[in-house]
Amino acid sequence: MAEGRRLLLHGNEAVVEGALAAGMRFFAGYPITPSTEIAERCALRLPQVGGRFIQMEDELASMAAVIGASVVGVKAMTATSGPGFSLMQENIGYAALAEIPCVIVDVQRAGPSTGMPTSPSQGDYMQARWGTHGDHPIIVISPSSAQEAYFETIRAFTLSERLRVPVILLMDETVGHLREGVELLDASEAAASDRLARDDAEQAEKPYAVLPGEYVPRLSPFGQGALYNITGLIHDDRGFPTSSKEAADRLCRRIMEKIAMNAGEIERYESRHMEDAQVCVVSFGGTARAVQAAVDAARGDGIRVGLFRPITVWPFPEAALGRICGRVRDIVVAELNGGQMKMEVERVAAGRCRVHHLGRVNGAILTPGEILAAIREVAG
Amino acid sequence: MKAKYEMLFTGAGGQGVILCSIILAEAAFLTGKNVAQSQSYGPEARGGLCRAELVIDEAKIVYPKVTHADFLLALTQASLDKYGPGVPADAMIVMDSSLQAPENLGSGNVVALPILYTASKVVGNVLTANIVSAGAIDALLGIAPGALLEQAMRMHIPWGTEAMNLLALGEGSKLGAAARRAARQ
Repeated sequence: MAEGRRLLLHGNEAVVEGALAAGMRFFAGYPITPSTEIAERCALRLPQVGGRFIQMEDELASMAAVIGASVVGVKAMTATSGPGFSLMQENIGYAALAEIPCVIVDVQRAGPSTGMPTSPSQGDYMQARWGTHGDHPIIVISPSSAQEAYFETIRAFTLSERLRVPVILLMDETVGHLREGVELLDASEAAASDRLARDDAEQAEKPYAVLPGEYVPRLSPFGQGALYNITGLIHDDRGFPTSSKEAADRLCRRIMEKIAMNAGEIERYESRHMEDAQVCVVSFGGTARAVQAAVDAARGDGIRVGLFRPITVWPFPEAALGRICGRVRDIVVAELNGGQMKMEVERVAAGRCRVHHLGRVNGAILTPGEILAAIREVAG
Repeated sequence: MKAKYEMLFTGAGGQGVILCSIILAEAAFLTGKNVAQSQSYGPEARGGLCRAELVIDEAKIVYPKVTHADFLLALTQASLDKYGPGVPADAMIVMDSSLQAPENLGSGNVVALPILYTASKVVGNVLTANIVSAGAIDALLGIAPGALLEQAMRMHIPWGTEAMNLLALGEGSKLGAAARRAARQ
């Protein structure tokens, strides 16, 4: 199937091809619209490459199975949509604390609850960051085309494996079900990074200890080398539960710092026409395609407007956006929700520019015409 | 066909208009053009309005949805009544000849073809209406050479249905070619 270098794939299919190129060899999931094609293609493709596909009884079990596979050293993924994403949250937190790499694809659909299964939405933006309880590290990536879904899935695995953190691929229905040409990489070109592991005496005694200057423990694949303990309780370097305030502080700070210390590698955004812009439209995922068309049209009318599109949407690219906030007069946040990314933009703007919102919560998408009208109104 | 060509495919869920758009998207893609194919549908598996969109462009496609339809396929009265009035005046409308064209159609460029009749009576299976449509549309518009259209179709139909669908594609192509000749006279 990979003999054609350029294939017509929809976003969901591109995710699977990207995952396989990155070395994903285990998928557990429970099909749900509009993510179902990810499970379908994994069921078809994984056996072809010696991998395993399991349809589980629900999304709690799916996430648990992914964690189990990852613990023994296999790159693992699941895919779902809003209702299933809610069910996965507890185990996502477990993976975040126990530092178990995994990639979770959430193809967003209109919510809340079972909502409108076949309609697009970007309403899980905040849930992707804060869906599981407690301060926890997470990386969230939101692609805006089938091609980007392919490349960003590979990057999701690299970040997850290297930093031992759950990575959420936050798709929306618009991209998941959009068929476009996708350039595929050769396996050698794709090669996502693997997690670092070690198998020595210190690892056997203190599996969660980090080497000097490092932030990520080099846990050996479970079952190889010395046995060790894995728990969702706050643990010490030995991996056993502790109520030591010092140990808790060290662990809880380290798992956040490993994200902060690698921010440069994690951060990714697109900035267009921002050099002389007075108005900036901030958007992400599929919606950003309509924004780009509107910005191009407005530029044709002589309006000094640009686009800022976070690709890594969490951690939020606050330094890059902060520089923009100091330069522009107005920001319009265009998103298919009631104002979730707008809150982040307002926090970063901190009153330096006006922040407007163009949102939608009815299962419809924003069109270039509507965004252009908003740009014209703001530009005066 | 213009350098950028935007198409709508409409009908009832289960008629296969989405697959029709995918096959034409694949055919255009095989000719080397950029395509963006998408669809909207309700939660029901059959019945209900179904709509697929296809943008074919020689340049990179920014916004992947249809904003200015150059073409509309309507296979049911409900879909023609809903989407027909909204198309621009220069759009081509292909409708099944069993339908009544409402007076408020956006364009007067209407081609009525016996797609459903051909699928059920000539090919012998109404489920092939989408393949008849694909053959007819390609013959009308020249999206891809016949060999590439056939290759595209084979990539997307269920195993074991090749003979029936090849017949449907050929019959559709005849309908489209005849309509194209008639339009030129």
